Amino acid sequence: MDATFKLVTGRTRSQADGLHKGKGTEAYRQATERVEMNQGDMGALGLNEGSTVHLRTDAGSVDVMVYRGELPSGLLFMPLGPAANRLIGVETDATGTPRYKDLPVIVERSVREGEAASDG
Amino acid sequence: MAKVVENAVCTFCGCLCDDITVEVEGNAVSQVRRTCANGRGVFMHYDPAPRQPTVRGEEVTWGEAVEEAATILSEAHSPLIYGLSSTASEAQRKCVALADYLGAVIDTTSSVCHGPTGLAMQAVGEPTCTLGEVRNRADLLVFWGCNPAAAHMRHFNRYSVTARGRLTPNGKRDRTTVVVDVRPTASTRIADQFLQVELGSDFEVLTTLLAFVQGKGDRLTAEEVGGVPMAELEALAEHMMSCRFGVAFMGMGLTHTPGQDLTVSELFKLVAALNDHTRFSVIPMRGHGNVAGADQVMSWQCGYPFAVNFARGYPVYGPGEFTAVDVLARQEADAALILASDPVAHFPRRAADELGKIPVVVLDPMPSLTTEIASVVFPTACYGVEAKGTAYRMDGVPIQLRAVLPTTRPTDEEILDQITEAVR
Repeated sequence: MDATFKLVTGRTRSQADGLHKGKGTEAYRQATERVEMNQGDMGALGLNEGSTVHLRTDAGSVDVMVYRGELPSGLLFMPLGPAANRLIGVETDATGTPRYKDLPVIVERSVREGEAASDG
Repeated sequence: MAKVVENAVCTFCGCLCDDITVEVEGNAVSQVRRTCANGRGVFMHYDPAPRQPTVRGEEVTWGEAVEEAATILSEAHSPLIYGLSSTASEAQRKCVALADYLGAVIDTTSSVCHGPTGLAMQAVGEPTCTLGEVRNRADLLVFWGCNPAAAHMRHFNRYSVTARGRLTPNGKRDRTTVVVDVRPTASTRIADQFLQVELGSDFEVLTTLLAFVQGKGDRLTAEEVGGVPMAELEALAEHMMSCRFGVAFMGMGLTHTPGQDLTVSELFKLVAALNDHTRFSVIPMRGHGNVAGADQVMSWQCGYPFAVNFARGYPVYGPGEFTAVDVLARQEADAALILASDPVAHFPRRAADELGKIPVVVLDPMPSLTTEIASVVFPTACYGVEAKGTAYRMDGVPIQLRAVLPTTRPTDEEILDQITEAVR
């Protein structure tokens, strides 16, 4: 299986909470090393809650666990953080701001089931 | 018995809520009241224990760390100074002076959040107002590409959706709230209207609204724009023109999506055009506690809000060129001073990796992913917890931060003074 999605990154409450507890903590890791996907898309790709997926862009790749999110079909959401940053390129279109949203991402089932946030 | 500090200021986000009650027992915060879940950690998770600076992981005296930092920055041919958003404006000012003296590139976290908003302000102008005016007068709120329920959790309550003001005594019942986003969020659930637009269509939707406001609706032939039926957009434009006082709040849904400054400019043009019909303003939803102050200080000190290069002896502005991610991607910086931010956690991986290859000096009250790779770390006092200072709210209003704990460490301002003295 593989499919192209569009990724949006953003803030979440648990990411902020993990930030206070420390970016080296398990709370921060769990809050940021995850991706959310539309339930229908998960079914179409044969993914369950907690399945590990391999996300790939022109900039890099990462393995993270997938969770059901209230999203339109074709859209992925990841909290801001080091895991999402592996997918973001350094091009800024002369603004200085990287493309943290609307990023084409290829989703594959990970061969490293159960592992997350490892470099692809 | 606990010491009680009233009207402390929470520096987590650009709301800068200044009604916080903090109880202090000994040298630690024992209780806080009125913070949101995000702001609670600013006080409750803060570790006030005295800590020593480090050079390459080894504890040293403050003087030795200053000497090492000054050596690194003096020997660099092209130093980068970055961050500034979670410190006080007094320290931001010192940072600009140091950049000027070193001939450094200086950039702020604006460049990875509302940098495109700054470009739009320069291109179009910013028809804006204060949050006090929003609370007292606004009867139409449009949140575009932002999720305050997660990122600015008291905004609705203190300033906007449910806040009660002079002309809005019934709070939520006296105003209409519209949220525009590509996905349902906690914020869209409280809205009177959720306008769900297709990802990447904000510019087109804004242009369509602008056409209706400028009386050019009869030229529009499409049945829908960005997945929204044309009739719905026309109705929103009518509502915007007929409200008493409308305010648009915009977030990184616009600045992080391709089109960036052009899309934000379109929103600012729409707001400007609405002032031909009624009173309408726009306020960017600024993230870090004093990132708005960084823009202010940079602008009054060197004329530009971010992305400034002092290598020629005077400030040269260059978004996309002198912005930190671009400088690092081109491998142009040979040393960096990072103040009150964590670029290793928030930059694209390739740019973050570059920071690991050069000597980095960090001033930060808390450990971070950037302090982990730094050559020199100054664990300075936290403004708003241990130190007084000035911060700017998202609407540009300066707020005086209080110290709720006795200060046990030097401030950013003091360390920057010492580094500047040492490099001279």
